[in-house]
Amino acid sequence: MKQSYHEASARKRLLGVLDPDSFVELLPPQARVTSPHLPALDLPVAFDDGVVVGAGALNGRRVLAASEEGEFMGGAVGEVHGAKLTGLLERAVAQKPDAVLLLLESGGVRLHEANAGLIAVSEIMRALLAARAAGVVVIALIGGTYGCFGGMGIVAKCCDVVIMSEEGRLGMSGPEVIETAHGVEEFDARDRALVWRTVGGKHRYLLGDADDLVEDDIAAFRAAAIRALDAARPPTLDNLLAEHAFLAQRLHLFGTCRDALDIWRALGLKTAESVALLDTAGFLEAAEKIRLRG
Amino acid sequence: MEKHQFEFHGGRVRAPKAAPALVGVASSGNLEVLIEPAKLNGACRIEISTAALGFGKIWEAVLRDFFERHQLSDVRISVNDVGATPAVVSLRLDQAVDEFTRPAS
Repeated sequence: MKQSYHEASARKRLLGVLDPDSFVELLPPQARVTSPHLPALDLPVAFDDGVVVGAGALNGRRVLAASEEGEFMGGAVGEVHGAKLTGLLERAVAQKPDAVLLLLESGGVRLHEANAGLIAVSEIMRALLAARAAGVVVIALIGGTYGCFGGMGIVAKCCDVVIMSEEGRLGMSGPEVIETAHGVEEFDARDRALVWRTVGGKHRYLLGDADDLVEDDIAAFRAAAIRALDAARPPTLDNLLAEHAFLAQRLHLFGTCRDALDIWRALGLKTAESVALLDTAGFLEAAEKIRLRG
Repeated sequence: MEKHQFEFHGGRVRAPKAAPALVGVASSGNLEVLIEPAKLNGACRIEISTAALGFGKIWEAVLRDFFERHQLSDVRISVNDVGATPAVVSLRLDQAVDEFTRPAS
């Protein structure tokens, strides 16, 4: 039976993606390592500061894994939350597991924690790149309710592989942030069709930002993560130069487009208007020949 | 935030040698409940941290009902609440006990 990844909690997602009974949590809730900043603001804390980290197995392979809980402060990264992710990635450098899985669901930095949150996100990025440089493949899974934005959007794009569902969203500034900063004429955050064709999984897949697109199903994410176990893209100079060239070319091709629909048409997607209506299998078939590959 | 602590005595159901369990999330109208075995001379201790101020008597009534339903002893329960209604609190507490006492698969 299909079990929605979108609707599941961070813990349920993680346990469903990993091999049954393989997960051992580090700094579990009973350790009570909670935010030192939120009580000063008289705000509630969470026993795990909104992220579950630990070790487990994926298809018998040894992995480290983290899962962010969007329901707690939008999955935002505070000092403890960030330190747990950084510590996990540094552990990966030391232990060389077969992969690190990051089940991301976050609006980015937890603004309540200001500089501590900002520094935490930069530390995550540094540790992530160190893990990749040490030969550990880092895989991002994005399909939660709150999407993956801000600093964690950048973290996702620092990974070797990004797996998304249509429901997943990936971007820098989130829809509400754009609307607040630039006005509703620039971006109407309540226009769900606009939001999803701008930051949703299908668009990210067509643009080459996501490497795999799966059904909203925990088992489908698990299968995609298994496929990605050997898809390391070491951060070598050649690979970085190739990525820069790819991004420059993409900007050259689509830099003047005002809407994702324009990009889809320019890609040669004949049924651009009906992309949102296609089921995952139908979409993957339509996208196969024309999608960009980063 | 407001903190409350309650202790109930005379529970007949000893904590299994279970792993701690966490249910729910600290988000608007919701709460997280952490339940774990603890040597408390047979008591069931419940610690509440809540964003809703001035509801101490309601907490006590809801938790007394909960204790009478399950009769737990040597159990520590910790709650981070963000304004959940009494019904939601009761359901989450029951869910926590269910997870805690379920035999490991």
